[in-house]
Amino acid sequence: MKVTLFATCIVDLFQGNVGKATVELLERLGCEIEFPESQVCCGQPSYNSGYVNETKDAMKKMIDTFIDAEYVVSPSGSCAYMFHEYQHIFKGDPVWEPKAKKLAEKTYELTQFIVDVLKVEDVGARFDATVTYHTSCHMTRLLGVKEAPMTLLKNVKGLKFTELPGKEQCCGFGGTFAVKMAQISEQMVDEKVLHVEETGAEYLIGADAACLMNIGGRIERQGKPIKVMHIAEVLNSR
Amino acid sequence: MSMKIGEDKFKERVGKGIDNTFMRGAVAGAQERMGTRRENATEELGNWEEWRSHGEEIRKHVLENLDFYLEQLSENVAARGGHVFFAQTAAEANEYIQGVAKSKNAKKVVKAKSMVTEEISLNSALQQAGCEVIETDLGEYILQVDDHDPPSHIVVPALHKNKEQIRDVFAEKLGYQKTSKPEELALHARQKLREEFMSADIGITGCNFAVAETGSFSLVTNEGNADLVTSLPKTQITVMGMERLVPTFEEMEVLVSLLTRSSVGQKLTSYITVLTGPREELETDGPEEFHLVIVDNGRSSILGGEFQSVLNCIRCAACINVCPVYRQVGGHSYGSIYSGPIGAVLSPLLGGYDEFKELPYATTLCGACTEVCPVKIPLHELLHKHRQVIVEKEGRAPFAEKMAMKAFGMGASSPALYKLGTKFVPSVMSPFTDGDKISKGPGPLKLWTDSRDFPAPNKERFRDWFKNRDKGGKES
Repeated sequence: MKVTLFATCIVDLFQGNVGKATVELLERLGCEIEFPESQVCCGQPSYNSGYVNETKDAMKKMIDTFIDAEYVVSPSGSCAYMFHEYQHIFKGDPVWEPKAKKLAEKTYELTQFIVDVLKVEDVGARFDATVTYHTSCHMTRLLGVKEAPMTLLKNVKGLKFTELPGKEQCCGFGGTFAVKMAQISEQMVDEKVLHVEETGAEYLIGADAACLMNIGGRIERQGKPIKVMHIAEVLNSR
Repeated sequence: MSMKIGEDKFKERVGKGIDNTFMRGAVAGAQERMGTRRENATEELGNWEEWRSHGEEIRKHVLENLDFYLEQLSENVAARGGHVFFAQTAAEANEYIQGVAKSKNAKKVVKAKSMVTEEISLNSALQQAGCEVIETDLGEYILQVDDHDPPSHIVVPALHKNKEQIRDVFAEKLGYQKTSKPEELALHARQKLREEFMSADIGITGCNFAVAETGSFSLVTNEGNADLVTSLPKTQITVMGMERLVPTFEEMEVLVSLLTRSSVGQKLTSYITVLTGPREELETDGPEEFHLVIVDNGRSSILGGEFQSVLNCIRCAACINVCPVYRQVGGHSYGSIYSGPIGAVLSPLLGGYDEFKELPYATTLCGACTEVCPVKIPLHELLHKHRQVIVEKEGRAPFAEKMAMKAFGMGASSPALYKLGTKFVPSVMSPFTDGDKISKGPGPLKLWTDSRDFPAPNKERFRDWFKNRDKGGKES
């Protein structure tokens, strides 16, 4: 199966390990990975800040980059959702709305793709640790992917799972919110870190690099002994 | 603007909110209690999503036929001997009500809880007309006694106060000498309020839903005070937002169920009161005179536009009770009597961007509000829509942000520019980089690194790794 990887700009620039793990994991599951060089960013930072028209060129670039893929897979629920959002943004546009629809139909978040398309629930991973999992807002509420990551984690050998209290609460990232409303964002991430600590888990796992960058950044600043890892890295552990 | 509370700037209000650890504890606790109750009350129906769709359908139908139903309502109120006044502005509503008070030579007004009367600042208008105004909802009463502390929640107005604080307020202002036990505090308020009910000239209520077919209106309460407000004084005035009506009792039943379950997690509240016009000949209680004041105050300009769905709102506060931002900053931080997600959407529409332009940014667009709204208002989408209006129609975005977003747009739409630009990210960032992290970032990144570390850029971009590795191989 041919998979076109939408790595996301955060992974490209800051979380290379997540990209590598995604590639290795999907290859192990029999996929052939392609990475189109013309991919940039899905446009969320400016789109979410209200610069809708300013962002349209970037979105069109992304649509053209991925339009001919068989499957588009991204290790980020939020960025994968953005590809689904394009069809609403270009609503009424005779050229771009149909293209955006086509793109949305083949775009999946990584765990969603593994469970729903590859029909794999056990990726054969081993990870000897106690973990908790942060359910990212856009991935669960907007993209609607709730079960897939849990299904996959449940089948990882050696992994002990502990539920995160207040898991439905946003971590306080919110794109430019984190800097524009930094004082509120800090309180939100603080509460999230507190909840992670309460679980006693050694690792916080998530499926969205941006949330992990936020929570992880706070954990690191506070010098807490909790490690943060993307679900692709856990599923790629053997 | 009349719905505005306080003079502090947004950041100062937020700062005060964050520093108020007691309030935050109370809010977090209330969110958890009400959240669990709401979940239980909605799940037990077994088909909550169908209920939501039905509720949305009803609200949409009413808004699309609002002129028809408003006319039907006013005809039926008049047919039952009531007076109807359409107020285009807050001032018009207040003037009319002042006029009624004067004509009755009223000295004392008792009120049931009503957000629309807060919105139009009716209390101060009545005071100007020489009336003493008594709030009789316990929460509102506490706030009024505490030098008119504004409400911080549309359903639980005194959410930000605990029982010890309430005891202190009662002790200082009312000479209360007992303990902070809620029963004792409530009893004291009841005794005080009972005297007020008996001696009031006018009773004023809000309106949960008016029923167009019969000219009735309903009040959904838990304390029973609204029933005294509507049965003891000789004159009654009901104030309603112009969108708060339903065609018949059949639709009211659906919306009341959505309201009580979403709002307080109850199947029904203790009192659901439906009243129609003034007292009739053979009736033993109720007002001799009834006035219905229908308030526009900016609502008609929302109709037919991209924000129309906000008028679906039935004021249940479910969105407020799940909002992670409200949780940290409390209601007063919003600077509007309408707080939380619904307040952040509604306040700029009713009160203007000059006063409330920050509110649409006080959200991570996490969608928790949209998920719980019983009448399916896409709240987080409307918040995003406000941002778009602020940036693209109003041109109010800060210059530096505009430039940054322009640069971002250029970089993100040009792969060549992106590739070239990002190639140098590690070297540009190296002075700020400490091992694998950045602890003191430059520019806007500083706002991030004030509280969090930021990851150091990959030494090798992922794309370069992918390109350089053996084609098809599994080793890097």
